Amino acid sequence: MIQAKNLTKWYGATLAVDHVSFHIEKGQIVGFLGPNGAGKTTTIRMLTCYMPASSGSASVAGFDCFNDSLAVRRQIGYLPESVPLYSEMRVREYLAFRARLRKIPRSERSSAVGRAADLCGVDAFVNRPIGQLSKGMRQRVGLAEALMHNPPVLVLDEPTIGLDPTQIRDVRTLIRRLAESHTIMFSSHILPEVEAICERIIIIAGGRIVASGSPAELTERITAGSRLIAEVQGPKDQVVGAVEQMTGVSKVASQPSDGWNRLTIEVVKGQDVRQELAKLVTHHGWALRELRREVASLEDFFVQITAEQHLRRES
Amino acid sequence: MGNVWTLARRELGNYFFSPIAYLVAFFFLIFTGVFFVFYGPRLEAGMEATLAPLFAFMVIVLTLFVPPLTMRLLSDEYRSGTIEMLMTAPVTDVEVVLGKFLGALLYYVALLVPTVAYLFILELYADPDYGPILAGYLGLLLIGGLYISVGTFFSALSRYQIVAAVASIVVLFLFAYIIGQASMEASGSLRVFLQTLSIEGHYRDFARGVLDTSHIVYFLSGTLFFLFLSIKVVESRKWW
Repeated sequence: MIQAKNLTKWYGATLAVDHVSFHIEKGQIVGFLGPNGAGKTTTIRMLTCYMPASSGSASVAGFDCFNDSLAVRRQIGYLPESVPLYSEMRVREYLAFRARLRKIPRSERSSAVGRAADLCGVDAFVNRPIGQLSKGMRQRVGLAEALMHNPPVLVLDEPTIGLDPTQIRDVRTLIRRLAESHTIMFSSHILPEVEAICERIIIIAGGRIVASGSPAELTERITAGSRLIAEVQGPKDQVVGAVEQMTGVSKVASQPSDGWNRLTIEVVKGQDVRQELAKLVTHHGWALRELRREVASLEDFFVQITAEQHLRRES
Repeated sequence: MGNVWTLARRELGNYFFSPIAYLVAFFFLIFTGVFFVFYGPRLEAGMEATLAPLFAFMVIVLTLFVPPLTMRLLSDEYRSGTIEMLMTAPVTDVEVVLGKFLGALLYYVALLVPTVAYLFILELYADPDYGPILAGYLGLLLIGGLYISVGTFFSALSRYQIVAAVASIVVLFLFAYIIGQASMEASGSLRVFLQTLSIEGHYRDFARGVLDTSHIVYFLSGTLFFLFLSIKVVESRKWW
């Protein structure tokens, strides 16, 4: 449904997007993650035909973004990050104006505006001037505008930014509901949000795609060698020495914790030494009060992968 | 063309929320009213009941009054970021520029409507010849179109309204007045060239009630030229 091939964008001498390629299937909901300045918005702007690429190609719903941009724009509902709206217009008036630009037939215009306003919780302030709305309200107006013509593809750039927790939950629920009948690409830097909503994540850093996959696949990559946390009571050197000699253990670090040794144990991929560790502790007559496997989060993965990219760029 | 009309309507509506548009309307009507009273037709026996002096005066007055109306047309879209919403809707660059131009032109026409009151005054005290008056209004419409297209062009170039307004005033004043004055000092082919460029030279006949096709072509081609440049600027700004 959305395809990018070697998409590249130069701003003067600055390379903002560097040969980005990805494919989003019909009906997928995909999170586009990246730190600030990673190239998320630039990529989205090229896909939504706001700006041309310096090189590469992109298509949406089978239409080429650069040669058939009007057709692409008809297929997309787009919510830009800053939600720029005409502040002098009233909400209903603005949505009706956009409906006319979207060529929604006159007979369906009013119901399309009403349906989108209802869906996004805009109906409560539909007669107020946009200039008087809060950031969250404006965000919802922008979302209503993006949905109004019922496009097959939704591109949402930071859709929950500026919303309060209740509104964030509502928007997430709405996005999930829309995912049943739309292909959705949305950017965010709120990792739990992406993890909760998306079936697939694309991570961009330094203008390049550095990872792509389901949230589970991505976190699996960081748990390549898993980590155990154990709290053992006994002579520190003996405890650390004994654990280090266990098969499958690659590294042990110890920190004192209320008279206990808090061990961080790096384990070789594919090994599970928890049972052996419990036996070892019992065998030496030490005490064990905690033993758990540390599960890496998407946040860990994100931090690791973007840091690697940063180091690569520096070098 | 549907999108052009939709955009023009929004633009026209926006003028009625703009204090600058009200200020322009207020001072424009004050200026023309004062001019009509003190320098307009002398309503006495044997004198011609005409609006020709008022029409002639407009060529300079409008260089000051049109740019404040056009300065925000595109520059405000770029400054506020609303251009992103506009350009990601299924609307072409040509439609955007024409819609903005048409909206401003409609407001300009609305600005001229109250000046019809001077006609009623003439009608009350004299027997005006409507031919020259209609020619004068046609001239005002054409000159308004040209001035608005120049303003649209500079508004597309800069995200700062004041820069767009000042640039438009300078260029319009140059073509409306300075070049006309310079042509009087020049001679030979330079004189002909400057007279060809001068807005005032082409407008003068309309003010006198003379319709000349070459003048109509001058204003229409000038308007189309600046609209074309505006479209090219809007297109090229996507690469900036």
